[in-house]
Amino acid sequence: MSLIHEIDYGTPASRSETMVTLTIDGREVTVPEGTSIMRAAMDAGIEVPKLCASDMMDAFGSCRLCLVEIKGRNGMPASCTTPVAAGIEVSTQTPRLKDVRRGVMELYISDHPLDCLTCAANGDCELQDMAGAVGLRDVRYGYEGDNHVKARNNGEINAKWLPKDESNPYFTYDPAKCIVCSRCVRACEEVQGTFALTIGGRGFDSRVSAGMAEDFMASECVSCGACVQACPTATLTEKSVIEIGQPEHSVVTTCAYCGVGCSFKAEMRGEELVRMVPWKDGQANRGHSCVKGRFAYGYSTHKDRILNPMVREKISDPWREVTWEEAYAHVAAEFRRIQYQYGRESVGGITSSRCTNEETYLVQKLVRAGFGNNNVDTCARVCHSPTGYGLGQAFGTSAGTQNFDSVEFTDVAVIIGANPTDGHPVFGSRLKKRLREGAKLIVIDPRRTDIVRSPHVEAAYHLPLKPGTNVAILTSIAHVIVTEGLADEAFIRERCDWSEYEDWASFVAEPYHSPEATEAYTGVPADLVRGAARLFATGGNGAIYYGLGVTEHSQGSTTVMAIANLAMVTGNIGRPGVGVNPLRGQNNVQGSCDMGSFPHELPGYRHVSDDATRETFEKLWGVEISNEPGLRIPNMLDAAVDGTFKGIYIQGEDILQSDPDTKHVAAGLAAMECVVVHDLFLNETANYAHVFLPGSTFLEKDGTFTNAERRINRVRKVMTPKNGYADWEVTQKLAQAMGMNWNYRHPSEIMDEIAATTPSFALVSYDYLEKMGSVQWPCNEKHPEGSPIMHVDGFVRGKGKFIRTEYVATDERTGPRFPLLLTTGRILSQYNVGAQTRRTDNVVWHAEDRLEIHPHDAEQRGIRDGDWIRLASRAGETTLRSLITDRVAPGVVYTTFHHPTTQANVITTDFSDWATNCPEYKVTAVQVMPSNGPSDWQQDYDEQARQSRRIAGKLEAAE
Amino acid sequence: MSHDTNTKLIYMANQIATFFKSQPQDEAAQGVATHINKYWEPRMRRQLFQHIDGGGEGLSPLVLEAASKIKRPQAA
Ligand code: SF4
Ligand code: SF4
Ligand code: SF4
Ligand code: FES
Repeated sequence: MSLIHEIDYGTPASRSETMVTLTIDGREVTVPEGTSIMRAAMDAGIEVPKLCASDMMDAFGSCRLCLVEIKGRNGMPASCTTPVAAGIEVSTQTPRLKDVRRGVMELYISDHPLDCLTCAANGDCELQDMAGAVGLRDVRYGYEGDNHVKARNNGEINAKWLPKDESNPYFTYDPAKCIVCSRCVRACEEVQGTFALTIGGRGFDSRVSAGMAEDFMASECVSCGACVQACPTATLTEKSVIEIGQPEHSVVTTCAYCGVGCSFKAEMRGEELVRMVPWKDGQANRGHSCVKGRFAYGYSTHKDRILNPMVREKISDPWREVTWEEAYAHVAAEFRRIQYQYGRESVGGITSSRCTNEETYLVQKLVRAGFGNNNVDTCARVCHSPTGYGLGQAFGTSAGTQNFDSVEFTDVAVIIGANPTDGHPVFGSRLKKRLREGAKLIVIDPRRTDIVRSPHVEAAYHLPLKPGTNVAILTSIAHVIVTEGLADEAFIRERCDWSEYEDWASFVAEPYHSPEATEAYTGVPADLVRGAARLFATGGNGAIYYGLGVTEHSQGSTTVMAIANLAMVTGNIGRPGVGVNPLRGQNNVQGSCDMGSFPHELPGYRHVSDDATRETFEKLWGVEISNEPGLRIPNMLDAAVDGTFKGIYIQGEDILQSDPDTKHVAAGLAAMECVVVHDLFLNETANYAHVFLPGSTFLEKDGTFTNAERRINRVRKVMTPKNGYADWEVTQKLAQAMGMNWNYRHPSEIMDEIAATTPSFALVSYDYLEKMGSVQWPCNEKHPEGSPIMHVDGFVRGKGKFIRTEYVATDERTGPRFPLLLTTGRILSQYNVGAQTRRTDNVVWHAEDRLEIHPHDAEQRGIRDGDWIRLASRAGETTLRSLITDRVAPGVVYTTFHHPTTQANVITTDFSDWATNCPEYKVTAVQVMPSNGPSDWQQDYDEQARQSRRIAGKLEAAE
Repeated sequence: MSHDTNTKLIYMANQIATFFKSQPQDEAAQGVATHINKYWEPRMRRQLFQHIDGGGEGLSPLVLEAASKIKRPQAA
């Protein structure tokens, strides 16, 4: 094992298809037109010295180190800014170039501290490398004159010197070491799109500064790390590198936070993780990352991690540590007892969207083959189940149609109910890049999300609809497209069922769907809807991206169908730049759905009533599989309250915190006789558990995650599991204790079983992934290289299906007692229920959940910014602090749900999507009033949580 | 079966019916039945039938119309 060194070509690749041939140092090179001479040289294996260039951003031409000579041309052009031309003869090394370069380096070094031996970048510093490359042997100028290096000059205070900025928890900025190459500034602009950094001053006085000469924490910086990666010196350095030292080997793996699925190099020293560096060959992220994947891995070694299995008779008892064998035996005995006593259908399992495909597959196999029923569900139930249903109906398969690269070809992007800069930051950055290049943006969201207006990005249309009226708006947009003759009839005739289209077209054309008619309840001015519809239908490649603001509604599935209708009616399916793109929340939501986590579906989205599919698995597993659908999470809880569901195995999910109507979840769990929680921490659900099985982190196991673009990425083990076993091993041992003959020696064998049984995975194997890097399913005989874009020559179901989408107002309505609408969301630095991110330094960005409220509503209630307020709905109440902002419209309030003490889901009701029971998180009628402290429920809850976390013989486990 | 769960089931069934009511008429009842057959676990369907057999109070007419097409699970 060694450190993976990625080649930096100096400038981005050219997309041109015209090739140009030139000679560099006597070698003939052929490259696409528009390529820089620097890049062409690197292609030929010739490394031209450089400091200000990097292939992550456009050339800048400031350091003058990369000069070359071209035969017949005067002067010494910079190779990074000079494009190739046919037939030119370039020399990268001549006596004249050598002299100039040494002179340039001498100047740099004369204003740079010479403490290389103790510098954190020692061994990973481009300034050092370049000094070596140009043969710098002495420096004639000392620090007597002007410099940025010394705090004092001859006893006098040096006004040019600046102290280190250590405000960011993950990296430092040491201005004394800065060579003002502006790579950081350009990375922040071009790669991340935040524009937090500037170069102030001129010439020798120029300095990098965050924001308006603030420290990094106070600036707009979102801590993505792009500048740190771009910095050629130790000026911007990860604190972990300062603390530990340079890594010695690295392993490519996949982020375990969100559905973007960024590839990272885990850079290691022994089994210690030094840093995570985004991998340029990662096809989802192309070398970029966000603060979570890049820096927030500290939870994996957090002291709260539970490392020994534990058991207790009653949930009011303290936990008792036991051996793994005892724990397995206990669970096996309990589940068998319960099934004997209450029937085969009285137990079930929940798979995790945070675990690997292989682990998920095993949990559903345990339920189907071991428990003998289909009572398996996953947390995707509470986020993207309507995507599965809606897209399945319309297109025939329940997955996003594009890869992320597709956004580079988009002309009009529509974002509905998603907040990509916070929820899917790396995709957000890629989208913003495309918008800066001129693509148009339409945002449909009750809240003015960051992307509506941010530096150098402004949405052409923001439709600030009332929460719960998605279907009305989308049907209205369809109305405009159809009635104004903007439908792409050629596409529809060829690709869709024409008579279904006609039925649908006459439905949406009804006058009551017109923007003028829907304005009354959506709150969106009709001309905005018309404008947005025309832009989408006529603006070129149109792509729709959507998130939980679409799915988590009582009409979630209907909204997904409405989105599919819009893509089809405008012909925006089946090529780069278009499509329907669900932005998945957790890292492996896609994978957990693919792997048969739903109670009605076997892996590969095949209904359990399908005899042929069941037979495939029955033969392999040697058992009979039930042909009846099992219980979904909410149904399991209902059945538990009714006394017919008694035992559950929950892997890597915290349903008490993530599912709606906390009190109902608590009642359901409390009614069960054996709740087994398999997780890293004593999460909230574990308060109701009888058995706790310690889990492992993504750093501690092999496997695969499938991201939102259906990309199967490898997860690679870089350290030994602290708890002793990867999660798949625990599930296997549990299955063995229940008498099943499972003998997987490695997750690759599980993947082989998946490939053998699931047609869309037929060619997937670890060897193949090793060779390809990653593939997007379907990956089979028909699509051996995988499928970046789906439905290219026709829909999976044959003809695309237009479906009528009638708006139905949710039953969750405001009234005199609950006059405001609450909608919920997430923010960048925290992840879902926050169990991981809360155990990292990311808390500096989001120490608590706040309630956003419009100034008008706040004033009416006598609430000032930062006040404690009581938030009440029909379901319950909680308290949190207010944040007064006009991002939300009057009548709408908004909060996140990252912290268990807030218990935002005490507020949410149990209304849910008609088709999938996906909870309606996005609309709850509430009242808000001043308060002076935590609610009774919060206090009781805290006390109960504290009690239930006791471990016999140990001090209380701290939260 | 608790009263609570029963109320919920009726609510869910009606929600499904509300969607299919807006679909072309000849597909509506079949749509409701197919949906329930595909996604409702037998004990939920059993409970639904208990309610229908008891008069089906509160259920949307479309659910009642679909009932003959919904698979009746064996008695528990
Ligand atoms: S960490 Fe990211 S957002 Fe912050 S300054 Fe660097 S590039 Fe910009
Ligand atoms: S901080 Fe680093 S990347 Fe930024 S200008 Fe200074 S040396 Fe260059
Ligand atoms: S959280 Fe998402 S965007 Fe951030 S690094 Fe991980 S996969 Fe990438
Ligand atoms: S690398 Fe070309 S000018 Fe700096």
